[in-house]
Amino acid sequence: MDLFGEGIAWLADPGNWTDPRNGILLRLWEHVSLSASSLLVAGLIALPMGLWIGHTGRGATAVIAIANIGRAVPSVGWLGIVFPLTLALFGRGGLGFLPSLIALVALAIPPMVTNTYAGLREVDRDLVEAGRGMGMREMEILRHIEVPVALPVILAGIRVSAVQTVATATLASIVGGGTLGEFIVQGIFVRALDRVVGAAILVAALAILTELTFSFIQRRAISPGLSGGREWSPMDPGQVGRTTTD
Amino acid sequence: MVAFEHVTKRYGGPDAAPAVDDLSLTIPAGEVCVLVGPSGCGKTTSMKMVNRLIEPSAGRITIGGEDVMSLPAVELRRRIGYVIQQVGLFPHLTIGDNVAVVPRLLRWQASRIRERVDELLEVVGLEPAEYRSRYPTELSGGERQRVGVARALAADPPVMLMDEPFGAVDPIRRDRLQNEFLRLQEQVRKTIIFVTHDVDEAIKMGDRIAILERGGTLAQYDTPAAILANPASEFVERFVGADRGLKRLSLARVRDLELIEAVPVRAGEDRVEVRRRLDRVEELTYALLVDDRDRPLGWIDRHDLAGEGPIDPSAATPGAPTVERETTLRDALSALLGSSVQLGVVVDERDRVLGLVSVDAIGERLRAPVRSADGRLHEVGGPLEAAL
Amino acid sequence: MNEDEPFIRFDWIVSNAEEIGQRLGEHVLMVVASVVIGFVISFGLAMVARRYPQTYGSILGVAGTIYAIPSLALFVLLIPLTGLSVTTGIVALVLYTLLILFRNIVTALEGVPPDVIEAANGMGYGAGQRFWRVELPIAMPIIVAGLRIATVTTIGLVTITTFIGLGGLGYLIINSGTRRFFPTSIYVGVLLCVLLAVLADLALLWLQRRLTPWAQAREP
Repeated sequence: MDLFGEGIAWLADPGNWTDPRNGILLRLWEHVSLSASSLLVAGLIALPMGLWIGHTGRGATAVIAIANIGRAVPSVGWLGIVFPLTLALFGRGGLGFLPSLIALVALAIPPMVTNTYAGLREVDRDLVEAGRGMGMREMEILRHIEVPVALPVILAGIRVSAVQTVATATLASIVGGGTLGEFIVQGIFVRALDRVVGAAILVAALAILTELTFSFIQRRAISPGLSGGREWSPMDPGQVGRTTTD
Repeated sequence: MVAFEHVTKRYGGPDAAPAVDDLSLTIPAGEVCVLVGPSGCGKTTSMKMVNRLIEPSAGRITIGGEDVMSLPAVELRRRIGYVIQQVGLFPHLTIGDNVAVVPRLLRWQASRIRERVDELLEVVGLEPAEYRSRYPTELSGGERQRVGVARALAADPPVMLMDEPFGAVDPIRRDRLQNEFLRLQEQVRKTIIFVTHDVDEAIKMGDRIAILERGGTLAQYDTPAAILANPASEFVERFVGADRGLKRLSLARVRDLELIEAVPVRAGEDRVEVRRRLDRVEELTYALLVDDRDRPLGWIDRHDLAGEGPIDPSAATPGAPTVERETTLRDALSALLGSSVQLGVVVDERDRVLGLVSVDAIGERLRAPVRSADGRLHEVGGPLEAAL
Repeated sequence: MNEDEPFIRFDWIVSNAEEIGQRLGEHVLMVVASVVIGFVISFGLAMVARRYPQTYGSILGVAGTIYAIPSLALFVLLIPLTGLSVTTGIVALVLYTLLILFRNIVTALEGVPPDVIEAANGMGYGAGQRFWRVELPIAMPIIVAGLRIATVTTIGLVTITTFIGLGGLGYLIINSGTRRFFPTSIYVGVLLCVLLAVLADLALLWLQRRLTPWAQAREP
């Protein structure tokens, strides 16, 4: 248990935070910015796709295929596949941020697509028909009826992706992407276990914080008239399309 | 055979309003007792206390003289058939295995179980070879209901509890199921407690009816005819409906009446002869015109038989409604009202004329005294008359 | 990485077949052990939650929190407790299956139609008999579906155990692959992972179908 103490001590040392070449703040910033960018890019791809498939109902086979691939290929697998490609294509530029981004985006897409699709599919068709009958256009139906009703499930998917992205960003260090994972991976290598444990604590805290934040958003964003039906818990991973959690 | 002795059920402390309040009644062996009443009257609660799915707060229930508490609940239930509205067939078992559940729990021999399953499937009208290996999802609602009944009968229990068993099917199918069940009951003669909210179903199915009021009190317990003829209170009167006279008519059939002798005549018969035949039947003033195959065509008034010569078919009033001996008096009345002479022709299955019935005779039957379950005769009336 | 190296070096695959097989074996072993243990524990927890419904939320909360922790971090954090051994890996992997399986089993059991339960009670099933002969069989399809998800997830997670020296297919992907700039190893590792996941999924799907002949029956 004294390893724990060492980890805490390492975290407590302000010098470790501000070290310009390998400081905690630096790595933390790398971690957060990588995660955020990946989530953003993935969202820009996955959400419209999910909305389209969910609204029109076409492409269910494609969705299932995406979900299955997403679940079967491990996160390190993505990194491992993308890395040689970016390296070959961009040389030094293909190190670090780029392969990490691509891999993380690939991992973040399935939960958001499948959840968005499933959420929209669960919307009562009668509501949609009522909207059409009132003269709403397709986009309006999507915006004003389907999305608000499906919001809990969609947000759950985003939450799952977010937590997963933050978690997998840890592994970016193996392709030179830095992040907090750098401390863990390097630390294991050189047997400096204080920073391994310290960084692990930090990473865990960051992931839990992400989970809680998005849960909070999820809860707040749901119309009070919708709460019935799906049983819900703060740690609800949203079931649909849950992949790995690295 | 099944007796309730001052049975009370309360939910929540001793000051809570009772769901069943001091219920006492006895159901003779082999009879169907229907518990009926508005929602909240405690009918289902009462029934469930018999197999101890609900335990009474006070009083006791006996089956064949034995207190139901004298056995472990699980054993008790294996000796009582239980049918519920949504049936509750086990989706993961075949129809055959579903029916075999209780016999298996009782450890019957495998061969005996097999025979029994096939026997019961036939009894409820499902071809064993076809249905035995199917699964509940493959069956329609009506078929599932029948399997539910077969399953309850499997271990040949003396007592059966049925909670709105036909409630979940459409009226046409319900009618058929009810009829089949009544036929079945004639063969097996089980003691049955049947719960329903539909007073017409109660009248049709019950040898006795127990009408319960909200708050769990017994309003009246008697045969359907007696209740309809003499409702014990305003509540009962309202509950059975303002058409209770007509309802009573559906309890009796044409065969319960004395038929008036018919005077069938064919075209071309001699008037004098017909007049003489007509005069021999008291109160009959119409001759029945029939065709060459003795089928009723219409009525000839005696006045149109004056004079001599062959009868004149064109003077006949058309419309001679026919009924059968098994027709309920209610349906008969409905048919007769359409006839301008207020008479109907009773025919057998080969359309041969057996006699006549009149609207008057039906009305007279309604006014005759009714025998209640305790054997006494009562004049027909309502609570108001009873108070006089 | 040598630019004029061929994309995949099949000769390497052939000459290292033994080691590849070994890694695959390690991987499978860890997956099976974790899922089986995880299932047993989740089942027990589900029984607890059934008996004491108020505990459901707390158990779910704890399992969910653990689930959110990145696997590498969890492995590391367990080291002070269980040392740098296979135990650490298995413990962490088991913990990850808990959320999926616990919730899945509870939901599956709750999905048994209430009229079936009432009929079972009324017919004279004791509580235990009713559970084993009625509720559990009916819940089986959903439980196996949960097992599928847990298994595929675990197959992916086991790759991370290479970081704490436990081998598995992750070794091929990271150690002999990415770290050495050697794509062939990466592809072999990833491919085997995917194949394993697909096979496991199909095998469990087959099991699911076998256990539930009634689910295949067509409605009228």
